Amino acid sequence: MEIFGLYNYWVVVVLMMIGLYVVVASGNLIKKIVGLNIFQTSVFILYISIGKLKGGTAPILMEDPASYSNPLPHVLILTAIVVGVATTALGLALAVRIYGAYGTIEEDEIEEQESTT
Amino acid sequence: MATAIAVARLDQLFAAVMLFGIYSLLSAALFVVMDAVDVAFTEAAVGAGIATILMLSALALTSRTQRPVPRRRHWMATGVVVVTGLGVIYGTLDMPSYGDPNAPAHLHVVPHYLQQSMAEIGIPNVVTSVLASYRGYDTLGETVVIFTAAVGVIGRLGVVPGITAYVKSGGMQHHLILRITAKLMLPLILLFALYVQFHGDYGPGGGFQAGVIFASAFILYGLVFGLEDATAVAPSIVVRVVAACGVLLYALVGVLSLFLGGNYLDYGVLVEDPTQGQHIGILLVEFGVGMTVAASMISLFYAYASYKPEE
Repeated sequence: MEIFGLYNYWVVVVLMMIGLYVVVASGNLIKKIVGLNIFQTSVFILYISIGKLKGGTAPILMEDPASYSNPLPHVLILTAIVVGVATTALGLALAVRIYGAYGTIEEDEIEEQESTT
Repeated sequence: MATAIAVARLDQLFAAVMLFGIYSLLSAALFVVMDAVDVAFTEAAVGAGIATILMLSALALTSRTQRPVPRRRHWMATGVVVVTGLGVIYGTLDMPSYGDPNAPAHLHVVPHYLQQSMAEIGIPNVVTSVLASYRGYDTLGETVVIFTAAVGVIGRLGVVPGITAYVKSGGMQHHLILRITAKLMLPLILLFALYVQFHGDYGPGGGFQAGVIFASAFILYGLVFGLEDATAVAPSIVVRVVAACGVLLYALVGVLSLFLGGNYLDYGVLVEDPTQGQHIGILLVEFGVGMTVAASMISLFYAYASYKPEE
């Protein structure tokens, strides 16, 4: 097993860490949600890349037998994407309501307002 | 990857969100490369379409710029990220390499799905048969989650009858090009959605993909012709009832198979020939999923577009 056969995981890790950086560093709530989405996509890529088979093709059965990639991760991620957008929408809705209540979506400004009252 | 870095660095949230759409589209292309055509479908419709529009709506309701990240926080975050990243990369050293046919993920239930599903279910697209039949419980759960999230958003933002926010009456109707293009595209998008819905057994497609494509047609209509026209075609109460009916249809198919003497969501008992029964069951269930997904996405859009901030 050569070490460069693992490059798919490294791409995933880099994307994941970019997402994590945005979540940790950014104080803006909507930017945090964007960061979470980047993180989420990296997990999708992780699953799909595990399902990939060398020389495989898309798992739609054909007349002559061929080797297919793993359909199970596809099913999981397919539903996860749609669930992901639904939960993202919920998060954004919360951010919109927070903006309505505080007039800002910056974390530290919200904290300031909280401590003064 | 470069787009992701750019998204992370931008303080202009509007540009960041647009770039995020491009990033989603690129990852959809990556999914095609890795043989996951069904997933790519969904990601392209959801990530580049609906998610971007929802984020833009949220931006329109809040602020468009971010305060720059303070230096100290930037370095602290970088430190955390680098340490975590190195730890995770160390963890990958034990993982099987990319495309390895002997990886544990390929050895357990998957050979059964690939070899037996033609005889047991009788449809060529293995993704669909795993989604709707072998793992029907999971999919029912996911559908309920989507429905619940839509209910949550409606609960947070409320459905205000008076429409004032950024999609004013008339929308972008004064733009001739947008209007004509939208009119040309809409029937094609709807037709394509129906094709994807009912052809999901044989090619890439199914309820989830069809639902988001269908919803994006409605969102396009709402954006171009204004929310009033869109709600005239599909009133929000109807959309919400359809979302509930989809989940109900899915669950009822399960109950029906219980009454016919099978297990919950065992479609084989629906008619005499088990494979035929699987066909009918999958078709019904996928239709339920499509209804819920499309209606939930449309009502999410309605909720954002009609939200009126309290002054």
